[in-house]
Amino acid sequence: MSGGEALLFWVLGPTCVLGSLGLLFARKAVHAAMAMALVMVGLGIFYIAQYAEFVGIIQIFVYSGAVMMLFLFVIMTVGVESTTSSVETIGGQRIWGWLLALLFLGVAAFGLGRVTFPEPVGLDAAQTEGTVTALAREIFSRQVFSFEVLGSLLVIAVMGAMVLAHRERLVPRRTQRELAAERVRSNSFVAGKPAPGVYARHNASDTPALLPDGTPAAVSVPRVLVARGQEHPVPYRGIDPAGDTPETEDADLPAPSRSATTRGEQA
Amino acid sequence: MSLSVYIYLATILFTIGALVVLLRRNTIIVFMGVELMLNACNLALITFSRMHGNLDGQVYTLFVMVVAAAEVVVGLAIIMSIYRARRSASVDDANLLKL
Repeated sequence: MSGGEALLFWVLGPTCVLGSLGLLFARKAVHAAMAMALVMVGLGIFYIAQYAEFVGIIQIFVYSGAVMMLFLFVIMTVGVESTTSSVETIGGQRIWGWLLALLFLGVAAFGLGRVTFPEPVGLDAAQTEGTVTALAREIFSRQVFSFEVLGSLLVIAVMGAMVLAHRERLVPRRTQRELAAERVRSNSFVAGKPAPGVYARHNASDTPALLPDGTPAAVSVPRVLVARGQEHPVPYRGIDPAGDTPETEDADLPAPSRSATTRGEQA
Repeated sequence: MSLSVYIYLATILFTIGALVVLLRRNTIIVFMGVELMLNACNLALITFSRMHGNLDGQVYTLFVMVVAAAEVVVGLAIIMSIYRARRSASVDDANLLKL
């Protein structure tokens, strides 16, 4: 292990450990996924530094490229509105988890300390033809049966994912005509819901729209932003963000959240 | 400095991955903990491959990556379908089989 590699190890190793600790402590799933991507890239660089260039490149492509992006897609659809509770369902789970982990770490370190590792041989003799060629000879001659089994495993996994993710449509899709007829029949938002963020001083979808009577319509903010707590706190000057007493000349207006629902009846 | 530091690093990463699986509630993060454990094993395999001067470790690392990719695809599909049915991504909420 040369001096440069030692330097790389002592810079990148703690970074990887910190990234994995981020996975352990991050509040939001997105932050955990980014920390995990950092760990994956760090491990890929370790592989390249250890003369496994092909595996390192594949690690960065497959893991931090494909797998982590798949995780991010699922977090986009699942993780936004889901909240994690900190109530322990199993008594003492946290303490026992830490104890078991520390025990494992201690036992593994003790075992590793008693091992005398051989003098590293290095891969120069095994990779005389080049990294990829040597690996290809190994995979396509000795391990060819495992390779084919893995191919069928991938096909089965793809089919399983398709079956699991498929959803039959139970009721027919509602057309625009039916939706419009329903709006007119229920007499709420006959002209459609107001769009967010369309007035003079703000132009962002996190600021609620203003109704004709000057009150902000909370219903116009996208519900994903509301679930993340990212809606604009103070819509604009003159309106109380809580929306209890809007400072308009018409004092007996209903509260903004109610006015959005009762607007149709007033019209 | 010998190559065994890589093995120690792999041990630490594996332990943290196991801790994530034991302690976190979000299904997706638990799943990422499993991935971290697999990756720690891969690092140990690569190091052993260099230590012993043959390519078996690298080949097995590639195989582990393929198996992990298949596992991710199926696992995330299961998480998606549970979320569709239960509107929750917590490991504690999928308890239909419990008495």
